[in-house]
Amino acid sequence: MTDLLIELFSEEIPARMQARARDDLKKLVTDGLVTAGLTYAAAGAFSTPRRLTLTIEGLSPRSSAVREERKGPSVSAPQAALEGFLRSTGLTLDQLEKRADKKGETWFAVIERPGRAAEEIIAEVLEATIRNFPWPKSMRWGAGQLRWVRPLHSILCLLSDDTGAHVVPVTVDHIPSGNTTEGHRFLSPGRFAVTSFDDYATKLKRAHVILDSAEREQAIWQTAQNLAFAAGLELVEDRGLLTEVAGLVEWPVPLMGRIADQFLSLPPEVLQTSMKEHQKFFSVRNPKTGRIEGFVTVANTETSDQGATILKGNQKVLTARLSDAKFFWENDLRVAKAGMGEWEEGLKAVTFHNKLGSQADRIARIAALARDIAPLVGADAAQAERAAKLAKLDLRSAMVGEFPELQGLMGMYYAKAAGEPEAVAHAARDHYSPLGPSDDVPTDPVSVAVALADKIDTLTGFWAIDEKPTGSKDPFALRRAALGVTRLILANDLRLKLDRLFDAHILRHQIRHDTDTDNASLIDTLLGSVLSNGVFGEITRALIAPLESSAPDWLVRLTGHDPALSHDLLSFFHDRLKVFLKDQGIRHDVIDACLTMPGNDDLSLLVKRATALNATLDTEDGKNLVAGFKRANNIVTQAEAKDGVEYSFGADPKFAETDSERALFTALDQAEAQITPAMKAEDFSAAMQAMAALRAPIDAFFTEVQINTENEIIRRNRLNLLHRIRGVCLGVADLTKLDG
Amino acid sequence: MSAAPVTAPRSFQEIILRLQNYWADKGCAVLQPYDMEVGAGTFHPATTLRSLGTKPWAAAYVQPSRRPTDGRYGENPNRLQHYYQYQVIIKPSPADMQDLYLGSLAAIGLDPSLHDIRFVEDDWESPTLGAWGLGWEVWCDGMEVSQFTYFQQVGGHDCKPVSGELTYGLERLAMYVLGIDHVMDMPFNNPASPIPLKYGDIFRQTEEEYSRHNFDGATTDMLFQHFKDAEAECERLLSQPADDPKTGKRIIMAHPAYDQTIKASHLFNLLDARGVISVTERQAYIGRVRALAKKCADAFRQTEAGADA
Repeated sequence: MTDLLIELFSEEIPARMQARARDDLKKLVTDGLVTAGLTYAAAGAFSTPRRLTLTIEGLSPRSSAVREERKGPSVSAPQAALEGFLRSTGLTLDQLEKRADKKGETWFAVIERPGRAAEEIIAEVLEATIRNFPWPKSMRWGAGQLRWVRPLHSILCLLSDDTGAHVVPVTVDHIPSGNTTEGHRFLSPGRFAVTSFDDYATKLKRAHVILDSAEREQAIWQTAQNLAFAAGLELVEDRGLLTEVAGLVEWPVPLMGRIADQFLSLPPEVLQTSMKEHQKFFSVRNPKTGRIEGFVTVANTETSDQGATILKGNQKVLTARLSDAKFFWENDLRVAKAGMGEWEEGLKAVTFHNKLGSQADRIARIAALARDIAPLVGADAAQAERAAKLAKLDLRSAMVGEFPELQGLMGMYYAKAAGEPEAVAHAARDHYSPLGPSDDVPTDPVSVAVALADKIDTLTGFWAIDEKPTGSKDPFALRRAALGVTRLILANDLRLKLDRLFDAHILRHQIRHDTDTDNASLIDTLLGSVLSNGVFGEITRALIAPLESSAPDWLVRLTGHDPALSHDLLSFFHDRLKVFLKDQGIRHDVIDACLTMPGNDDLSLLVKRATALNATLDTEDGKNLVAGFKRANNIVTQAEAKDGVEYSFGADPKFAETDSERALFTALDQAEAQITPAMKAEDFSAAMQAMAALRAPIDAFFTEVQINTENEIIRRNRLNLLHRIRGVCLGVADLTKLDG
Repeated sequence: MSAAPVTAPRSFQEIILRLQNYWADKGCAVLQPYDMEVGAGTFHPATTLRSLGTKPWAAAYVQPSRRPTDGRYGENPNRLQHYYQYQVIIKPSPADMQDLYLGSLAAIGLDPSLHDIRFVEDDWESPTLGAWGLGWEVWCDGMEVSQFTYFQQVGGHDCKPVSGELTYGLERLAMYVLGIDHVMDMPFNNPASPIPLKYGDIFRQTEEEYSRHNFDGATTDMLFQHFKDAEAECERLLSQPADDPKTGKRIIMAHPAYDQTIKASHLFNLLDARGVISVTERQAYIGRVRALAKKCADAFRQTEAGADA
């Protein structure tokens, strides 16, 4: 059995890149070996800050010989064809064979590739892997040409079997392969030779290097927990930090310290963020008080004073950092208690986007929209407006300047300090949510109003200035915003006419950007009407009419409003919704069948309909009904095209000839009697059940009755009957869009 | 790695002197500070310009640096509008650059057998110089003590070969080594001297004066005008024909033009501290300085010192 060990030893590899690099090394090398005809039993990749390591077990010592026959052009073919064939096979004419076949004589190439020694293949694959390694960022160093994440110092490449181990010779940019490596930089300086993977891992551990990052994580976590536990405290879990810290050390030594009393009044999130971001400390909580009272730092070395100097140094840095944080916190509280006017003023000078105005402009728009949305989501309008005005002011606070990830959360603390009601403070914290697809969705009505207004302002704004996402480019995260709006609506079962919302807010963007007008409250009234009555609604038009004589320049925006932008934005939402619902197990075509129905800008209604249709299609009756519907639809459509008429005169039961025909009349009467009120009540399940119940009478009808009979009156009556089936079904959903 | 010295340093200046001796021993030309106001040691032409072209180079120097917005009237324990950086630049970067650096820490009393020294990813970029590189911030017991960078590009030119750059923030580093909590309390010379001087004895008053100047005193109209003048002068110098009509020699005025770039950069920093540059204008000003830096780099590449061998 042959085993391969590769180690690429370099200066410190960024922690965040190590996991990907392990996977890439394993994939590139094993793929390369397999493509070249070698096989292997198992492979494993490891990383420390200074090395990437790959071990491959059970590698075949040689690739097997390959014989390949390729048919070429006819012997009588033009010279160019023959030359092309020679080029593609890499052979010369005298190496080809002539063989007779049906059409005469044809050139054949027999290519034999002898088996190659693993060693030769490994050298090639390793060099290609190093030269083409997909680091997210790489660099040159010294006078060399090679690119690596940081300077590459040595290459270990060792092939071993029962008879012993030997170096696979390969030289990359003046770095020759060998059988040696280094241990810990400070604890075990100097190089040593190894003979196998086991020998390597054992000697590394002796030289103060734990090779496996999972083992380092485990060691860190275990010791850190013990340290906290022994002091009656508990470690705050943070998987991401643990992985990062394990990528910063070869010989982890956790040390625990206490946070000085003067900093314990800081919000726990501030302590945690400051310690994590700046110093990669774990937080330690006192289970009795719930406060963060300590930290664990992970050193990369053992010292004669058991880490006392290291801990003291870290403690000192922490004190300086937390002094800054405390200074920010106290200053911010002062501004907050004074009403945050300073921040409000400051945001006027901060550009949100050069075509969409300042952050202050943006906040004013969001506040106006939040006020209009409030009654639709059960929130108090004044509170929603107030919350929207405050929610982003923390962007100017010193704390958020230092820790941008605390935006919103600091807003909550500062709103509370300013004496704002809970609902307003929570809206500041929650209005960015949901960000990711699995984030919690706000449910407090004030938060919901501000969260919706924030996202809709962004979406309509970028639509209004024609900065839509294209392909993989979505620099303003508009897809995420649309999904956020969708999830807010569905999770809270909100009934919003998005079309009108979009119209109103696109107009707000356009008008505010056309003119700096004195008529702000008049415009607000008009846009409020657009939102509740539609831009072309009578009430809105009645409000506009008396203005036409004075004709302010912005009025043309309203009178000449083009709904195309809102429709385009709505179809963007529909695309996001399809992806979202697909993940919930709702078929693509089912959504399509519902999208064309009226009220498709009401996402809750849309999803209700799609869910019901999806469930119906899972039943035997549902599936067969669709088949019956499609048959009926095809026959009527073809007959209508042929006869040049629409069979919508209404079928008359008195021309029914057979029992199944009469039964279908009765069934349709019954179905309609159930479907009409159910649809009115938006009870799609009931409507679709009633529709699915038509399956048996429709099937029986098709089995027993010939549509195209000699008697033209009866034929037309039957076509009218099919038309009625179509009408009943299409009233529920557009079944023509369904697959199959 | 060289053995740690037996004694701990006693003063700020002793730390500087030890670094000077260490890097002189390692073969660097020990230069003196550049005689202009700069934001960081990187601005010294010994780094920016000399990192271009193929000629080998090794220099070390102290560079007084000014960051007008960081002024705190001498009250903050470690923030200053005027401070010292120690800068080392070696081209091509030697294979043992990390070991050389660790040796310098040992030389100033940071013994790796007692301290936790770590190389933590930190990519360096200077938008005003059109320069970037990859490297680390070096941590000693959780504190950043240096910046370690392999230059990849300067003034828009690829660095071939690559220079290795080390930047030590001297005050912070010295405060740590000497165990001082407030920079103004740090002994500048040997505390046992007949006239012991602390950092504050030398710099507290100037920190106050310059803080007032940077935030409120400087005349902004004049600064705006000086910025324009420096920009125009830089471009004018570079637009002169390479052949000097008086001497008949080929003399490209890359360094004098670069001085104007340094000037423009510092004027921009002052205007920024005065709070008269809006967020959007900020990017435009940085872009203007970068354009000058690029032109100077282009010009330097045409000279003997900056050419490819």
